[in-house]
Amino acid sequence: MLELRAITAGYDRRAPVLREVDLTVADGESVGLLGPSGCGKSTLARVAALLHRPDAGQVRLAGEPVTGFRHRAPRAQRTAVGVVFQQPRLSADPRLTLRDLVAEPLRATGRAAHVPERTADLARTVGLGDDLLTRRPHEVSDGQLQRACLARALVLRPRLLICDEMTAMLDASTTAALVGVVEAYRADSGAALLAVGHDRVLLERWCDRVTEFAASGTASEAAVA
Amino acid sequence: MSSPLLAVAGLSVRFRMSGGRTVAAVSDVSFDLAAGECLALVGESGCGKSVLASALLGLLPGNAEVRGAVHAGGRDLLTADERTLARRVRGRLIGLVPQSPAAHLTPVRTVRAQLAETVRELTGAGAAALPDAVLAAADRAAFPADHLDRYPHQLSGGLAQRAATALALVGDAPLLVADEPTTGLDRALVDRTVDELRRHVDDGRGLLVITHDLAAAERVADRVAVMYAGRIVELADAGTFFGKPGPRHPYAAGLLAALPERDFTPIPGMPPELHALPPGCAFAPRCPRATDACAQRPALTEGTACHHALDSAHA
Repeated sequence: MLELRAITAGYDRRAPVLREVDLTVADGESVGLLGPSGCGKSTLARVAALLHRPDAGQVRLAGEPVTGFRHRAPRAQRTAVGVVFQQPRLSADPRLTLRDLVAEPLRATGRAAHVPERTADLARTVGLGDDLLTRRPHEVSDGQLQRACLARALVLRPRLLICDEMTAMLDASTTAALVGVVEAYRADSGAALLAVGHDRVLLERWCDRVTEFAASGTASEAAVA
Repeated sequence: MSSPLLAVAGLSVRFRMSGGRTVAAVSDVSFDLAAGECLALVGESGCGKSVLASALLGLLPGNAEVRGAVHAGGRDLLTADERTLARRVRGRLIGLVPQSPAAHLTPVRTVRAQLAETVRELTGAGAAALPDAVLAAADRAAFPADHLDRYPHQLSGGLAQRAATALALVGDAPLLVADEPTTGLDRALVDRTVDELRRHVDDGRGLLVITHDLAAAERVADRVAVMYAGRIVELADAGTFFGKPGPRHPYAAGLLAALPERDFTPIPGMPPELHALPPGCAFAPRCPRATDACAQRPALTEGTACHHALDSAHA
C-alpha cells in the first residue's frame, strides 16, 4: 500500500530530521511507528500522508510513484490517504460546525450529494449525536472534537489511514473507543494503517507490527507477536 | 496525622452562561491533602478537573459562582481577597505546575530572566544573592544550568516542563498543584516528570496531580480521586485502586479496563453535558449495573458514590 524508500526529509536541507529512512505498509496491514518526541516520526507521517515533500527518496502509494506533494499531489492519491493529527484543536477550522467539518472533504471533491448520508453514517460510527454536530470546536471537549476529526478522515473511505498521536490528548476510555472505530473501519474496508505514537503498550496492542524509530532518525523494522 | 495541608469541603463551581444556561463544572467536592502526600485527580477531559485547580488558586473567570470552603495555610482561600491571593497564596502557599509549560513561560525572555524575576518577587533576594539563588532554583527542578540562557522555544518538552516546575518551586510552597503535567510528553519523559514531582512529595510537600493519564497517576499517587461529571465518585488508596481489589465504582472500573494493557474496551456512550446533568447518578445512562435506585443521586460513602458499588470480591 505504502512504500517509503531512502527518505531524507526535514525543514532545513543542511540538517534533515530524517536520513534515508525506509518504511513499508502492506495492503491491509497495520504498522505502529514508535519513538520518543523529536525523533522525526511525525515528519515521516507527514511525508507518508503526502503533506510534506521529502528532500530525497521515493514514495509509492498503491504501487504508483508519488510525484507531487501537498496541493501538487494528484487528487486520486491525496484522497486515498486519511489523516488524524494529535491536536484536534489545531486541525479543525474553528468556524465550522462539526457537521461541516466532517462533510468538508466531500464538498471539496465535488461529492456534496453524499453529504447527508455519509455524515449521518459516520456520526453514528464515531458516537457523535445530532446535538454535538451542530456545535463548533470551542463548544466541545477534546475527545468529542477528535471523534469528529476521525470521522473527517474516514469520510472519503481512504485505503490508508495515518494516525499521528491520535490519542495522546485523550483519556483511556475515549482512546479505546477511537481505536475501536478505526479497527471496525479497517475490518470493513480492508484499509491499511500507519499509527504513530510514543505509547508502546498501546501500539503493540493495536497494530500487527511495531517499528521502532531511533532518535537518530533511522527506523529499524522489528516485528512483534 | 497532623492537620491537613489542604482541606476542601463541599466545593461547587457554577458558570452562568448566556441564555440563562448554568454549567455545573464542580459539584460538592470534598477531600483533604496532607504534607508528604500525593493525591491524583483523574477523569475524562471536560469532567471539571482543571476548574477545580483554578478554584484553589482563585483564578476562575468572573462568571463563576463558588460555594463551599477551601482551607489551606490557616485561611479560607475562597473568601480571600485578590491582594491576599497574590501576596500570600499563589507561589508562596500553592505552587502551580501548569498544563502546558510552553504556553506558561514567557516566550520573549530567557529562563534565567524569568527565574530571577520570580526569585526576587517571592524571596526578596538582593542583587548580590540573586545569581546564586537562580542557580539553586534551577537545580531544585533539575533544570541544567547551561540551558538557563535559552528561550522557551529552544527547549524540549521535558526541559520546558522542568523550567515551569522550577518556577513553581521558587516560593518554597508547601503545596503543589500540577495540572496535566505530562500531556504530550513521551512515556520516558512522563516517567521522569512524575518521578521528579514525587521527589518533592518525599521532601514533605503536598501534591495534587490532575491528570487523565492513569499510568502516571499510578506511578506518583498515594491516593486517587476519580471525578465524573464534576463530582468525586471514588476516593481510594492508590495501591488498592490500581492493584487488588481494584476500583469499586463502575465508572472507575470501566476507565481502568479501557487501558491497552487491560481489556482495551471503552465505556459505552459519552459523559453528560455539564449544563444538562441528569437528576440522579450522572453515570447511570452508561452503567451496566444501573437500576431504578440510580434515579436518586448516591452520596460519597466509604470512598464510593454508587448504589451498586463493586464489592471487594469482584477482582
